[in-house]
Order: sequence, then C-alpha cells, then structure tokens
Amino acid sequence: MEHSPLEQFSIHPILELPPVAGMDLSFTNTSLFMTLSVLLIVGGLSLAMRRPSMVPGRAQSLAEMSYEFVGGMIRDITGPEGMKFFPYVFALFMFILVANLLGMFVLPFTVTSHIAVTLSLALTTICIVILTGLIRHGFGFFKLFAPSGLPIYMYLLITPIEIISFVARPITLSVRLFANMLAGHVMLKIFGSFVVALGGLGGIWAALAVLPLGAAFAITGLEFLVAFLQAYVFAILTVIYLNDVIHMNH
Amino acid sequence: MAHPPTPVTHAVEDAAHGAAEGGLPQLDFATWPGQIFWLAVTFGLLYLFLSRSVLPKIGTVIEERLDKIADDLDEAGRLKAQADDAAKAYEKALGDARAKAHAIAGETRDKLNAEIAKETEAAETVFAEKTDAAEARIRKTTQAALANVRDAAADAAAAIVAKLSGGAPDPAAVSKAVDAAAKRG
Repeated sequence: MEHSPLEQFSIHPILELPPVAGMDLSFTNTSLFMTLSVLLIVGGLSLAMRRPSMVPGRAQSLAEMSYEFVGGMIRDITGPEGMKFFPYVFALFMFILVANLLGMFVLPFTVTSHIAVTLSLALTTICIVILTGLIRHGFGFFKLFAPSGLPIYMYLLITPIEIISFVARPITLSVRLFANMLAGHVMLKIFGSFVVALGGLGGIWAALAVLPLGAAFAITGLEFLVAFLQAYVFAILTVIYLNDVIHMNH
Repeated sequence: MAHPPTPVTHAVEDAAHGAAEGGLPQLDFATWPGQIFWLAVTFGLLYLFLSRSVLPKIGTVIEERLDKIADDLDEAGRLKAQADDAAKAYEKALGDARAKAHAIAGETRDKLNAEIAKETEAAETVFAEKTDAAEARIRKTTQAALANVRDAAADAAAAIVAKLSGGAPDPAAVSKAVDAAAKRG
C-alpha cells in the first residue's frame, strides 16, 4: 500500500487523545494542517497590518487586496445588505485557499481533499442561508421553492425541481471542491510514481521518464490555478446562495 | 504500514481502518468526527480572529485612506477656490487702478485744454483790441491824407485857374468845384 496514490490522503494521529463518547478526536495530520492554515492566515494578515500606513507596503497591499476582493464580490452580488456576512465569506475563502495551497508544498496534505471537511463547510453555508431566510422572511422563505407568477399546474413541476436543486446545493458545493483536490493530487502522485518507476528501469526507459515529469510540471501549474479557483467558486456560490434569501423576488 | 501498533483504546477505530484499507481514506468514517471537531475548532477560531481583530483593522485603514483622500480633495478644492478669489480680486484691483488712471489722465487733459482755451481767448482778445486800434489809426491817417489831398487839389485848381485867367478865383467857389469833381469821380 505504501505507493498507492491514495496513501497521501490517509489520516494519522499525531497526538492521541482519549475518545470522547466513542469518537476519536485525536490531533491528527489534518488537524495540524487546519491549524497551520489558520495560523498562516491570522499571522500573515496581522503581520501585514502590524504598522498600517496610509501608503501601503507590499504585505499591506496584499492584505487590503484580499479584503477588497472578497468585499467587492459580496457588494457586487448582494449589495450592502450582504456585508454582514463578510467575515464568514472571507474566512471561508481564505481557509480554503490556504488549505489548498498548503497541499501543494513540501509536506503534502490537503485538508480540503476530505469530503468530511468540504461537506461540513458546505452544510455550514447552507445552514446560514436557511437561518437568514427564515429570520428575514419568516414563512415567506419557502417561496424560494414556489416562484410567484406561474400557472397553478406548473407548481407541481417547479416545486419539486426547486427543492431538489436546493438540497443538491451542499452536495455539489462540497463534492466540487473535494473531487477537484482529490483528482489533482492523485494525478500528480501517479505521474510522479511513473517518473520514479521509469527512472528505476534505466536505459531508454529512463529517458522516457521526461514525459510524465513534464506532465507533472504542467499539472502542478494547473493545480495552483485550481486551488485558487475552487476557493473562489466556493466563496462566490456561498454569496449567491445568500443573495437568494436576502433578495427573495425572483 | 499506515497504522502504528494498535493502542488498546483504538481497537474499534482500527477495525474500521482495516475495512477502509483498500478504499479511499476519505470514506473511512471513523476519522470524520475528529476531522469535523478540529475543523469546527480551527475554523471557529479563524472566524473569531478575523471578525474581531484582523478585518476591522484592514477596514479601518482602507476607510481612513478614503477619508483622507476625500479630505485632501476637499482641501484642494477649497484652496483652488481661494486662489480663484485672489485672482479675481487682483483682476478687479488692476481694473480699478486702470480706470482711475484713465480718469486722472482725462481730468488733467480736460483741465489743460480748458486752460489753453482760456489763454488762447485772452490772447485773441488782446490781439483783436490791438488790431482795432491799429485799424482806427490807419483810418484816421487815411482820412487826414485824403483831406490833405483835397486841399492840395483845391490849391492846385486855384493856381491853375489864376494862371489861365490871370485873376485870383474865389476860394469858396474853388472848394465847391473840387468837391463836385471829386463826387463825379
């Protein structure tokens, strides 16, 4: 099993803790990378804003750019009403982005390649969406499944479709991120082991190892793009779902 | 290899591991509670730090900058208005000064013209008086000369008559005849 491309996803305890209610809550490698991500985000941003100045330096510009990027995204989609979700969307975007990027470096473990993590984040988003809808519109929230202005018989068709698409949201949201991260890392690992295997055969085979090596390089570049893109997609879909319940008149 | 020697407390979990050994580690549900627990802890802390400390700080800096820029623009506008006012005041002062200079020049010219006219008039009066006096003298002299000419003509006529007739004519008659001749031309 040692060289299985799925090996990299296995979870090992680093600091074993006694089980709580029959559940193993040990501090594992995934816990470590979550902690690292949070430390990097908070530490990096705090360091960048340590001595904030009128004319920002490089680090401060980067911090402000990420702030304006997420803030602009929310303002463009929901208008000023959505800004109270800004800290959540910002945390979500940065956490996924940094976790994805950390998986690209020396000790590759990608928190977001685990469906447990992405599903938890997606369900958190959907819970916030449902709560916001219920608080803002009360029972009117359920109009989300029955858009007004249709002939009666159409509701028989539309309402189930709306309900299914709403229920599918947390699943698509989590599977999209998880599958992207999983597939990228599996491919990298497979091409990497090709290089090693071909190199080990020697002679003409070793020369052929250049091909999977080039592919691995190309995929690495692509993976950096995917790392950013998936964080962006997760964040923007969160904002779009929130917008649905903030402005309920479609 | 993936699993170190089993501690007694992890017996149950390890059984699950064993079952998932050939498949995706992601679907090893024994790891889910741990993952979700640590995600909740770390993501919760991240959210707290960001919403309480980091994001307000960045927001404040950006807002302060926007305020500063707006203030600076206002200040610049104010200073520009001031400069415009000053330029207008300068133009006005310049115009006033020019008008005043113009007025003074006009006044002086008028005064000088008046003085010249007065003096010219006075000189003309003096000149006219002198001319009149001279004309009167010329007239008197002419009359005297004409009178002398008549007397001379009468004397000449009397002398001519005396020579021709041999007797002295009556001076009164001569004088009358001369006057009549002078009247005929």
